[in-house]
Amino acid sequence: MIVAPGNMDETIEQFAPLDPELFDMLAKSRMIIICGPGGVGKTTSAAALGVVAARHFPKRVLVLTVDPARRLATALGLGTIGNAEVPVELAGAKGSLDIAMIDTKASWDDMVRRHAPDGVTRDRVLGNDLYKTLTSRFVHSHDYVVTERLYDARESGVYDLVVVDTPPSRSALSVLDAPRRMEQFFSSRLLKLLTAPTQSRLLSLASRPFFIVADRILGAAFLSDIAEFFTLFRTMEGPVVSRARRVGALLSDPATSYVVVTSPEPVAMQEAGYLVEELRRRGHRLDAVVTNRLVPSRLATGAAERAEALIEGNPLHDVERASRDAADAPLTTATRRALAAAEREIANIANQHAAALAEIRRWGARVLMSESRGGDITDVTSLLALGEALRT
Amino acid sequence: MDDKGSLAAYLGRDDLTFSPVEVSPNLYAMAMNTEDSLREYIRLFLRVPVLGSLTPLARIFDFVANAAPAVKEILAVGKLCYEVRERHYDIVIVDSEASGHFVAQVSAPDALATLVRIGIVADQTKWMSNLLHDPEVSTVLAVVTPEEMPVVETIELRDRLATATPIDFAGVLVNRMPAALVDAELLATVAPTSGHLATSVQVGEWLSERRSNAELHARRLADALELGNVETIAEAPAGTHSPERITDHLVGEMRRILDEHA
Repeated sequence: MIVAPGNMDETIEQFAPLDPELFDMLAKSRMIIICGPGGVGKTTSAAALGVVAARHFPKRVLVLTVDPARRLATALGLGTIGNAEVPVELAGAKGSLDIAMIDTKASWDDMVRRHAPDGVTRDRVLGNDLYKTLTSRFVHSHDYVVTERLYDARESGVYDLVVVDTPPSRSALSVLDAPRRMEQFFSSRLLKLLTAPTQSRLLSLASRPFFIVADRILGAAFLSDIAEFFTLFRTMEGPVVSRARRVGALLSDPATSYVVVTSPEPVAMQEAGYLVEELRRRGHRLDAVVTNRLVPSRLATGAAERAEALIEGNPLHDVERASRDAADAPLTTATRRALAAAEREIANIANQHAAALAEIRRWGARVLMSESRGGDITDVTSLLALGEALRT
Repeated sequence: MDDKGSLAAYLGRDDLTFSPVEVSPNLYAMAMNTEDSLREYIRLFLRVPVLGSLTPLARIFDFVANAAPAVKEILAVGKLCYEVRERHYDIVIVDSEASGHFVAQVSAPDALATLVRIGIVADQTKWMSNLLHDPEVSTVLAVVTPEEMPVVETIELRDRLATATPIDFAGVLVNRMPAALVDAELLATVAPTSGHLATSVQVGEWLSERRSNAELHARRLADALELGNVETIAEAPAGTHSPERITDHLVGEMRRILDEHA
């Protein structure tokens, strides 16, 4: 919070000034897709951006998360988050904030209900064993529904800004590729083969080698289970394909921006760098790289010099003077050594981080930095503080 | 399993392929590739000539990857199990994919068994499940950093594994424990000051808080998983180390811990 200028109405809530580039990004974007390696604070960053946007702009904001820990729900003062959007209490906000957690199975079921041509097909798809296994057990089934959900959120007209937290690392790319894959899948000759009546399969010389191999690998029974499922699924082809196309277009829309989140750790950076490259290759607009967990600069600056002073015990140095001034507690040798070790450690970390930042800047995107704070994110206030402190 | 190139770099190689290479005496490394795995599978088990034309193979792979994701996962797990069954190595260490995907992979034989009841795949999943379920053969070691999210995910991983498949869970390895350089008690003895010393104290506090947070998360993890004692392996100096140096450090620490218990 900053102190309100005297000429302003005191009842207006004052906000910490945002970094101009962050302000610009939040003002312009209608959808922000957050990608990044696991364990760098990606979900937290998504939520923090959502909280900041809702507080600083008169926008209706939705954060779509895949937070496996449901920890955000707790931090946002909500018992649980399900597939449906729930409002988040945000004192003094200019806009509003909703949050939803993507439930793969429930989202697939919604999609089938929406697109099935009739009730009989709908129930047969929903009751099909293969469908149940595919939608609940396999990770990649998640990818398409994520894009469906964000498309819904954007098209409903209910939200001005949708912030999407994607699954870690490369899975984010499978999410982005999912609409195209869905479209290709329906147009593939393979699906036509699979769903063709058995007799015509046998008659088709071209497809025989395929079925010989497929039957041997999978067994005829499984193959016919698959055929049945996909025959049913194909009845939804029209609506699903045209939607997949629109979802794909939305992902490349200029108002859709991408943010890669990383930490200055080498492993995370390697992964983040790969994501940056791949997003660009796919023609997506990379808006920022958020670099989390940087050592606080006020502690890092001058650390090496302080370490030296502590060890040398130069009586002319500020450290000695300071400890002399604190007359009742002179520094013991042990304390000096411990503090010097701490200073050297923080100087090392700061050097590593400076090198990491230099590399991240070479990626050519706007860099938003966030310093590591003591303690965990436990409430909306700490999320807001985290988001407002982002600096270029 | 998820080839990001970092394993190759650690082992001093440009890249790793599906064909294992001996990176140092008695240590072989490979990168998983489901298409190569399918090719090998077809060659070894089906004896279907696929070398003449790749089109049918590509078509099957298309089918495998898009229409039946379980099969893609089984190809990865199947290759691992095959290496174990054939005893090509004394020990197979798998750098698995991120936690969510790993559960799907390791339980793929069980999942597939409920879908496919006859055919080669049905026969093939049974022995895989047997190997994976045998605690004498297979176990899972979770690697985690002492932070809130990774800890929560690890607890969830263990729970999801437990419901998805009866594979043994050996325990966890907590990496990147921040060094304990200054303790809070010592800092408290420094009288309130200003200037450089005050900053030094703040630095000490920051590092000490980082350390105690990490300890707290490691403790929470151990409690949630009912792991009992937590052995702390002393930190290696900061920076990136060669595998040899990490190995030497770990072996030295293991000896120390064993001596302490003796």
